[in-house]
Amino acid sequence: MKLKMLSIIAASLSVLAGSYAQASNEVNVYSARKEKLIKPLLDKFTAATGIKTNLVTAKADKLLTRLQNEGRNSPADLFITVDAGRLHRAREKGVLQAINSSTINSIVPSHLRDPDDQWVALSQRSRVIFYVKDRVKADELSSYEDLANPKWKKRICIRGSSNIYNQSLLASMIETNGEQAAEAWARGIVANMARPPKGGDRDQIKAAAAGQCDIAIANTYYYGTMLSNKKDPAQMAAANKVAIFWPNQSGRGAHVNVSGAGITRHAPNKENAIRLLAFLVSPESQKWYAEVNFEYPVTADAETSDMLKSWGAFKADNLNLSRLGANNVTAVKIMDRAGWR
Amino acid sequence: MLIAILFSVPTLTIFTFVFQPATDTWQHLYDTVLTEYLTNSALLVMGVSIGSLTLGVSTAWLTSLCTFPGKKIFIWALLLPLAMPAYIIAYTYTGMFDFAGPVQTLLRELTGWGYGDYWFPEIRSLGGAITMLSLVLYPYVYLLARAAFLEQSVCVLEVSRSLGCGPWCSFYRVALPLARPAIVAGLSLALMETLADYGTVSYFGLGVFTTGIFRTWFGLGDETAAAKLAALLLLFVFTLVIIERGSRKQARYHHTSNKYSQLPEYQLTGLRAFTAMLICFLPVFLGFLLPGGQLAYWAGITFDEMVDASFIRLTMNSVLLAASAAILSLALALILAYGKRLMPQKSVLAAVRISGMGYAIPGTVIAVGIIIPFAWLDNTIDAFTREHFNISTGLLLSGTLVAVLFAYMVRFLAVSLQTVESGLGKIKYSMDDAARSLGYTPTETLRKIHMPLMKGTLLTSLLIVFVDVMKELPATLILRPFNFNTLAVRAFELASDERLADSASAAIMIVLAGLIPVILLSKSISTSRAGHVKATRSQ
Repeated sequence: MKLKMLSIIAASLSVLAGSYAQASNEVNVYSARKEKLIKPLLDKFTAATGIKTNLVTAKADKLLTRLQNEGRNSPADLFITVDAGRLHRAREKGVLQAINSSTINSIVPSHLRDPDDQWVALSQRSRVIFYVKDRVKADELSSYEDLANPKWKKRICIRGSSNIYNQSLLASMIETNGEQAAEAWARGIVANMARPPKGGDRDQIKAAAAGQCDIAIANTYYYGTMLSNKKDPAQMAAANKVAIFWPNQSGRGAHVNVSGAGITRHAPNKENAIRLLAFLVSPESQKWYAEVNFEYPVTADAETSDMLKSWGAFKADNLNLSRLGANNVTAVKIMDRAGWR
Repeated sequence: MLIAILFSVPTLTIFTFVFQPATDTWQHLYDTVLTEYLTNSALLVMGVSIGSLTLGVSTAWLTSLCTFPGKKIFIWALLLPLAMPAYIIAYTYTGMFDFAGPVQTLLRELTGWGYGDYWFPEIRSLGGAITMLSLVLYPYVYLLARAAFLEQSVCVLEVSRSLGCGPWCSFYRVALPLARPAIVAGLSLALMETLADYGTVSYFGLGVFTTGIFRTWFGLGDETAAAKLAALLLLFVFTLVIIERGSRKQARYHHTSNKYSQLPEYQLTGLRAFTAMLICFLPVFLGFLLPGGQLAYWAGITFDEMVDASFIRLTMNSVLLAASAAILSLALALILAYGKRLMPQKSVLAAVRISGMGYAIPGTVIAVGIIIPFAWLDNTIDAFTREHFNISTGLLLSGTLVAVLFAYMVRFLAVSLQTVESGLGKIKYSMDDAARSLGYTPTETLRKIHMPLMKGTLLTSLLIVFVDVMKELPATLILRPFNFNTLAVRAFELASDERLADSASAAIMIVLAGLIPVILLSKSISTSRAGHVKATRSQ
């Protein structure tokens, strides 16, 4: 028993020691993008440059807490998130530094970068309206604002308010329409919900396809992964019953959020981190996001995938994304008051 | 005592936030959602209590004191749901029984009904959450209750029967009250896990304390208000514990006699045997076979893409971590529980209590409670060595497996502690006195008298912690070092990206890796009973 215990402890210690061995030619990444959606790119980067990459994935807020507390000894070089709100929060907490790379600035348009160059978007995802083709005509739809109209009573499926994508959508409405209008809108949406919010984005599309509601609000890439899911015919069938509608095309454009990254303030390998960032916004990587996860590139001219092309071109809201972060707390409070669970 | 204090640090770190002045957020919560959190959490706790007690105690009694066909299999099969992470069972049930799922779709196709034409239980509701959690948490009650039934001296049961008690009467009036500390220990584990659950409730869109804490912390960005919520949650747990202790009053539950022999089992036949089988089969089916089958189906579709060389590495990591955590936490629990027995002063008792509270706190909150003191320690040492020796030590503990293991201890020490305490509680103090007067030191008494007597209990503790760590997610996720993954991390990343089918391979591996110890240990638990055949051989 004792021996077994010792050997197990020794084994775990050896794993520990392994994690300590630090080479100098490397770059350390804290990522809120899931392993499946970042590791392949990191491997490509290593293959192209010989720079080793080390990865920890977790939810952005928790990585941020870790980053903050590790302070100047933090091993992290790059902090990757899947929404602009968290990048803004990281910046506010002072854990990032200016990137100052002319290469990156020449690729990524300014509304997809922090005004002080503390972070940069890697890919775009749009949150749009999906309608059931049998029951709704595209010309009945117009804008996000219109979804609060009583004509949609009991016809909308949307997920809970703890979800950052809903928080960001409301944050963008606070920015354009003001706090009062945004709250009235949230109340209207709650009144029009077909069921209490539950599940993720795909669940909303599935519920609409099954007849529980006529409209679903979801991010575009979930729709893409459902459409291309050859292994689960039920998902494909559900996705085929709905069509995509790009809202607010005559106005500010469809709401977009980004996956983005910033270089940490105490980054031990800053040069490598900049090289990695430049690689992540390069045409090759941009095409990879589009093909593997149906995300839109940050550059208008980048090559995308057939799936994205089939959805057509659209006008995106070019509100500076840092505003989403700035309005986040107000958005959550509004949803609480409106009874949006 | 020192150990207890050490493991209280994260809990106390969270508590320090509480004493910061109330913010606007607190008022906002109070005005809007706090009542909902309170009601839902209370209902959830009540529902899971009823569910896991009914399932756990009835099956424990049947498998320890009755004989019926298939009993040998049920003894360990009833533990299987323990290996099923709660959020995974929630995902699978939703996948099957949701409005858009195959069952209801088939129903609509057969009948031509549309939305709103018929009633079907809504999986993603409070009732659904209670069912899901009861199904995976009842094994805690079952395990401890069964161990207690088996450890009961046969004499009391025989006396009860010679005094004219039928099987039901000896169950209600003798066995049940005697097993009460163990049952309560099992139940409190189940309830603490319920209160700490995040995956299930957030997927079901329920507003309870855990979802509230997360929302406040990360959505509203207010640590203080979130910590106040966490503190309220702890208060909730404390109240439950105190109510239970109060109702037990001064009663002690030692075994009065040490005479053991093979328990007289009730032979069930015919309809009764069938009912017994059904009672035991249902929880296994609903808590394991059905969701397991769905997982296997999904895994069958996707495993060629999902299982690769890194998969073995993941499994190794998971098993290794779980095994070290199980052993470490048992050792610590023995020290603590025994220390409490030797020195029952108020301060020691309190320290032990607090260090056991971690189980009810959501893993993420614990993780944050660890990051803060660890990083502080590392940075302080680093600053010191920089100043005096001009060397940077960097981060010594943060982002290492030590931090991860520490988190497991904080979170799961309660499990070992509860089990060990209930085991120790059954040994009379006169045994200690006798051993000590015969010249054993306290350590020797523990090793040579108590540990052999409690073998079943100790194995139970190992098993629970092992399986719990296999499933553990939030603390592993945030504290782990670079390039280090476990099965739970893999399963969760895919599932939370709404790729349920892809996550099935990893989820099944968690269940399988958990199975082996479940089967091995349930065997040795039933043979470890004093008075069992093995013991007679040695006499």
